[in-house]
Amino acid sequence: MTQLALVIDLNVCVGCHACVTSCKQWNASGWAGPMVDENPYGADPTGTFFNRVQTFEVGSYPATETVHFPKSCLHCEEPPCVPVCPTGASYKREDNGVVLVDYDKCIGCKYCSWACPYGVRELDEQQQVMKKCTLCIDRITDQSLPEKERQPACVLACPTSARLFGDVHDPDSEVSVAIRERGGYALMPEWGTKPANHYLPRQKTRMHISEDELQRADNPLTKEDLTVYTGEETLDDVTW
Amino acid sequence: MHPAFSVIFLTTLIGAGQGLFLALFTGQLYASIKLIEPQDANFYAIGSALALGLLIAGLGASFLHLGRPERAWRAASMWRTSWLSREVIVLPMMMGVVFFYGLFHYLGWTQPWLVAGDGALPIDVTMVLGFVGVIVTFALFVCTGMIYASVKFLEEWHSPYTIANFTLLGMASGFMLAAAYSAYLGNHLVGFYGTWAVIFTVLGLGTRIASLIRNATLKHKSTLQTAIGVRHRKIVQKSQGFTASSFNTREFFHHQSPEFLKLVRLVFLVLVFPVPLLLIGVSYVLESPTLPIAAFVIQYLGLVAERWYFFAEANHPQNLYYQSIS
Repeated sequence: MTQLALVIDLNVCVGCHACVTSCKQWNASGWAGPMVDENPYGADPTGTFFNRVQTFEVGSYPATETVHFPKSCLHCEEPPCVPVCPTGASYKREDNGVVLVDYDKCIGCKYCSWACPYGVRELDEQQQVMKKCTLCIDRITDQSLPEKERQPACVLACPTSARLFGDVHDPDSEVSVAIRERGGYALMPEWGTKPANHYLPRQKTRMHISEDELQRADNPLTKEDLTVYTGEETLDDVTW
Repeated sequence: MHPAFSVIFLTTLIGAGQGLFLALFTGQLYASIKLIEPQDANFYAIGSALALGLLIAGLGASFLHLGRPERAWRAASMWRTSWLSREVIVLPMMMGVVFFYGLFHYLGWTQPWLVAGDGALPIDVTMVLGFVGVIVTFALFVCTGMIYASVKFLEEWHSPYTIANFTLLGMASGFMLAAAYSAYLGNHLVGFYGTWAVIFTVLGLGTRIASLIRNATLKHKSTLQTAIGVRHRKIVQKSQGFTASSFNTREFFHHQSPEFLKLVRLVFLVLVFPVPLLLIGVSYVLESPTLPIAAFVIQYLGLVAERWYFFAEANHPQNLYYQSIS
């Protein structure tokens, strides 16, 4: 069975919000639209967003690290928002595992948003129905698009390729390999929701050089050399 | 959580309506085995109309909670998995039972079909309907409570105390209303209903205090560490991604100070429990026709505060992602 998902690489995310704006742009006019913006130029603007980038600071100064954290629906394999829906408007697609809302059936009771620990469902103030990330279902299933464009808008927009998209059930897919080999993890594993989306941790590239390697302690010529040096050139100073 | 008045009035109004129906049928049962003096048909008919009015008012309040109330009928479809759907089915059933219970009393269809136990318990259509109604009433209490208790992410609600509180406090206010109704009519059932109201209020106090103690020492499963998956003791949010408000900041926060929450807790602990008990006790001594009414009104207002606090107290794990604007 296919389970489409995003894998988000926190190591390269720079927090530019390009995924946020491209998501809004695509979905405002797509199947999931409109995505209302109320009071956009006023003091308290509010609107529907499927994707947000948040920023966290880890550690205490000066040993701090900034983590930019994109957050959207995780398309759980055990989605707790689906069984609580009284109308069946909230559902998980059988063929590709994307969790969607049928906007014609939703009564706007907000119960599914209570049943999501990640807070990724929003009531659209204009349509008064629950909305959430669709993984750009209208893009990824559109056979008229070239295959490399059949990806969510956020993935195509990301300038650092921090967002990978694919089938996490296929063990050889790019996303599965990334999760397996680069320590991909799920959010709030304590709830057993089995999020399909995964995050790749930040990794630091460090060089490990010991004193021995700098001194070249294992130089065989030094071992056999019995000369007592008093500041002149040694064999170690010879360039070949 | 944001305490929505639509849901506060839904749960308190139908709770009182359910309790009042239980009180009417308890009265009928006691009267039929001659433990208390029997009442005329109008007592049950008007009482049922009152209970039905409360249920309808609660249903009306629930519609205000919906974004798309015109599609509410769809909510009956997912009863296999959703407690909300189950409530949507059981609430109209309850209304139907209360309606026909009152109607059959009004029409005087109280000729016994058979008499059980050597003339001890005459069974007529209202008696059968009453027994069905008791089952439906408790089913509705369970459905309403489970809507909240079944959401495991809201750990303050995810406990059997939630169902116990909804049931006992609903019954307390319903029997209190029956005492007030009897006092208004001037019949002799004030002491009977008042005693039951006191019993349920005291039981409700026990479970409500137990849930307050449980929630005061609750340790939440999710932390900022599991929320973003970074293993470090010190993580501070620097931006939530937007500067104004969103659904996430409106629906899941009560936006009140901790002092205000403590005040509401004090208010409901005083108004729901000691004050009505005192008033009903004094009314018993003075045989006052107005004090039971005051007891019900004060307890109901207290229950509104109780339900407000119930919502405000619950802390949703999504709030971990919305600790700081920028």
